[in-house]
Amino acid sequence: MTQPRSFRYVGTRPIRQDGAEKVTGRANFGADLSFPGMLWGRVLRSPHAHAKVVSIDTSAASEIPGVKAIVTSADLPEQRPGGDPTDMYDLTRNILAREKVLYEGHPIAAVAATSREIADRAVAAIQVEYELLEPVLDLDRAIAPDAPILHAELRCAGSDPKPEGPTNVASRILIERGDVERAFADADVVIEREFTTPTVHQGYIEPFACVARTTEDGQSTLWCCTQGPFTVRSLCAALLRIETSKIKVIPSEIGGGFGGKTTVYQEPLALLLSRKSGRAVKMVMTRQEVFRATGPASASRIRVKLGAKRDGTLTAAEASLAYEAGAFKGSPVVAGAMAMFAMYDLPSVRIEGFDVVTNKPKVNAYRAPGAPMATFASESVVDELAASLEMDPIEFRLKNAVRQGSVAVYGPKLKAVGLVECLEALRDSEHYRTPLSENQGRGIACGFWFNGNMQSSAQIHVNEDGTATVVSGCPDIGGSRASLALMAAEELGIPVEQIRPIVADTETIGYNDGTGGSRVTYATGTAVIEAARDIVLQLRQRAAAFWDTQLENVGYEDGKAIPLGDAAENQQPLPLSTLARRAARMGGPIVGRSTWTARGNGPSFAAHLVDVEVDPETGRVEVLRYTAAQDAGKAIHPSYVEGQYQGGAVQGIGWALNEAYFYDAEGHLQNASFLDYRMPVASDLPMIDTIVVEVPNPNHPYGVRGVGETSIVPPLAAVANAVQAATGIRFVDLPMSPPAVLAAIDRTRG
Amino acid sequence: MPKLHIRTEINGEPAEFLAEPHQTLLDALRNELGLTGTKEGCGTGDCGACSVTFDGQLVCSCLVLAAEAEGARIGTVEGLASGEALHPLQQKFLEHAALQCGVCTPGFLVAAKALLDRNPDPDERTVRYALAGNLCRCTGYDKIIRAVLDAAAELRGEPA
Repeated sequence: MTQPRSFRYVGTRPIRQDGAEKVTGRANFGADLSFPGMLWGRVLRSPHAHAKVVSIDTSAASEIPGVKAIVTSADLPEQRPGGDPTDMYDLTRNILAREKVLYEGHPIAAVAATSREIADRAVAAIQVEYELLEPVLDLDRAIAPDAPILHAELRCAGSDPKPEGPTNVASRILIERGDVERAFADADVVIEREFTTPTVHQGYIEPFACVARTTEDGQSTLWCCTQGPFTVRSLCAALLRIETSKIKVIPSEIGGGFGGKTTVYQEPLALLLSRKSGRAVKMVMTRQEVFRATGPASASRIRVKLGAKRDGTLTAAEASLAYEAGAFKGSPVVAGAMAMFAMYDLPSVRIEGFDVVTNKPKVNAYRAPGAPMATFASESVVDELAASLEMDPIEFRLKNAVRQGSVAVYGPKLKAVGLVECLEALRDSEHYRTPLSENQGRGIACGFWFNGNMQSSAQIHVNEDGTATVVSGCPDIGGSRASLALMAAEELGIPVEQIRPIVADTETIGYNDGTGGSRVTYATGTAVIEAARDIVLQLRQRAAAFWDTQLENVGYEDGKAIPLGDAAENQQPLPLSTLARRAARMGGPIVGRSTWTARGNGPSFAAHLVDVEVDPETGRVEVLRYTAAQDAGKAIHPSYVEGQYQGGAVQGIGWALNEAYFYDAEGHLQNASFLDYRMPVASDLPMIDTIVVEVPNPNHPYGVRGVGETSIVPPLAAVANAVQAATGIRFVDLPMSPPAVLAAIDRTRG
Repeated sequence: MPKLHIRTEINGEPAEFLAEPHQTLLDALRNELGLTGTKEGCGTGDCGACSVTFDGQLVCSCLVLAAEAEGARIGTVEGLASGEALHPLQQKFLEHAALQCGVCTPGFLVAAKALLDRNPDPDERTVRYALAGNLCRCTGYDKIIRAVLDAAAELRGEPA
């Protein structure tokens, strides 16, 4: 592929094409659509964390006037266990409990009624008989020999010898390379620590919301806020066992997701209720439901051991990770294990990981799933190792950082990567040289994320006046319409203002995997570039026919077909707008298309620098200054790249300092509100400075890397390292909330 | 209990609607009047997505009963722009890329306008505290704060 040396539109900062709708309140999010005669759906949820469901009696509820449909798991077909990537046997049990309820908030039944109030009354009138079981609320209890078992059929995958009895450990994974024992023996310094992190939530501001409508011929339409409309379609079709062509998913605007909106919860229930009632059914979760019953991120316990030579060379790493999956298997422990040492050239590594079920909501992806907590552990120990060798923490990391040619811990030999450049940018920054005062500390940490590939398709329609529509199927969660339009403008050579990017429904564009894995600007962006190149080829073909010459005698520059060779003597350039206007006489409508299963997404590395002040009287940690450096490969729309760095950094700060789920002894969530689940607010924070490093991804025509997720990986350790520098105390348990920090300070005072 | 007949003023225009006695102003705006620009993030006054002005005061409309709107003046995000022109706050939010997903944006705009109506020349710290009742999970607030400070400067007539 050609590598444009300079860009005309890429790298500029135009106003996003969906902006005016979003600042005027016109943009339609999940809960903003209604129909005349629409019903409201509500869900009956388990008040218990662990119980057998003995019986469900909906008879009284169904007699309430205005109740139009009630569904339970009896309305869903049984599924076969073991599917990949989604185990439908588990998923159908998560959307409606069958034999057991496995967490507080677990759905048991759903009701559609003529008003929300009637639906709520009907939900309350459903009689459920439970047989209470002891809840399993943490990793220690889950793995205890006498632990209550969540799933009688669960056997630990990957354990040798093959296990016989049931267990709460769903799987064991192992990453091993080199001779770890010997490498530790060769080390001059070895440090080992154990860390814990709590359950946290993605905290998107828009609760799940959808409307389903089914016509008498069995065709269903589902409007919903989701990161993956095609995923929603295929999961709903499988859960209801109906043909994919019977469901059309229209993605609304989406009010945040961060990985949390990549699966289904109430969407299949709304479909089922609409099919049963023959009416449109709207379902909107409350914030409490979002906290109690949608995928949070795993709580974890992680032991890390690292060895280094006196000169600062890392020799060996060992780690053991246990991640809570919640009610069903499938924590991101594998990704965490692969990511935690990916920043370093390490010849000898041994990482063991365990996926453990507990009586909490099933976890879902949360921005770089699995990596932030594992990197909190690894980068805390790296910092301690640097300190024990009396080395500057940046120089220590630079000495060991992966670069082109390094063999990554997770397998491949790396092409060009930008970690060294990120670290050097921080080392050379004014921030790093600024003096600190009493009770203040500075911390640094690095982070890595793979970035996803998966399937994308795109179309570009050239309009009759030479403007264009870019059609893709990945919901725009943070400015991707703008980046896709910029790439189309670059290829077509027309101003970005003349391009209208749209997110299509599942019937209007070919299959697209979801907005996730930092993949849209990379993978769907590449599809847009290829669709634009398809158009450019067609324009050249039309000009060649018009000029009665060979294709090789037609070039394309700045939005014009250019005559070359013999043609150059007697022909004038043909602008795109002219070819578009004459389309009817020159071959018909101009449509470009591209589909692919993406490959070669380049990893994005980051390094974050943070200054904190710790109040010794209250234990409050104030973030004074923050700089995030990250490799974007090529920043298509730099403002939205910076925005990804800033947003991820602040989510990580929240994870480090305050966010955590609190359960009582029976497994009831105690802080299912934004008041008590304390996410960062504007007054908690300074500006988040950004350094956009650009080491082009050799696999992409413009050098793009996905940038969305890496930014949440370094902050947990960066903040912990800064708090250590300020207090002399190494915090190994998150969050570093004021009471925890104060208690630790008090212990040092004796 | 029969529905209540509420007469109010929304964005400078008279409005009437029927409301259940327990219905919130947020619910009435969204589901009775079709003004869905005001968003619901929590329903408990913790996220600010439903911010509106009530007789000039910034409130969470999820914590106000619809019946209280009788005779009051309500301001929502739909009233910020005039004709074809965006309000300077809206324009600056776009120029600074101060929104990613955009669901918190209406609440931030209403809260920021309430601040600037009261204090045309706030410093960064003042803006941060004035907007501390509005949650944004995407941006880390940086670009929002810059957009509000920039809009304030423009509204004061200072050169960019």
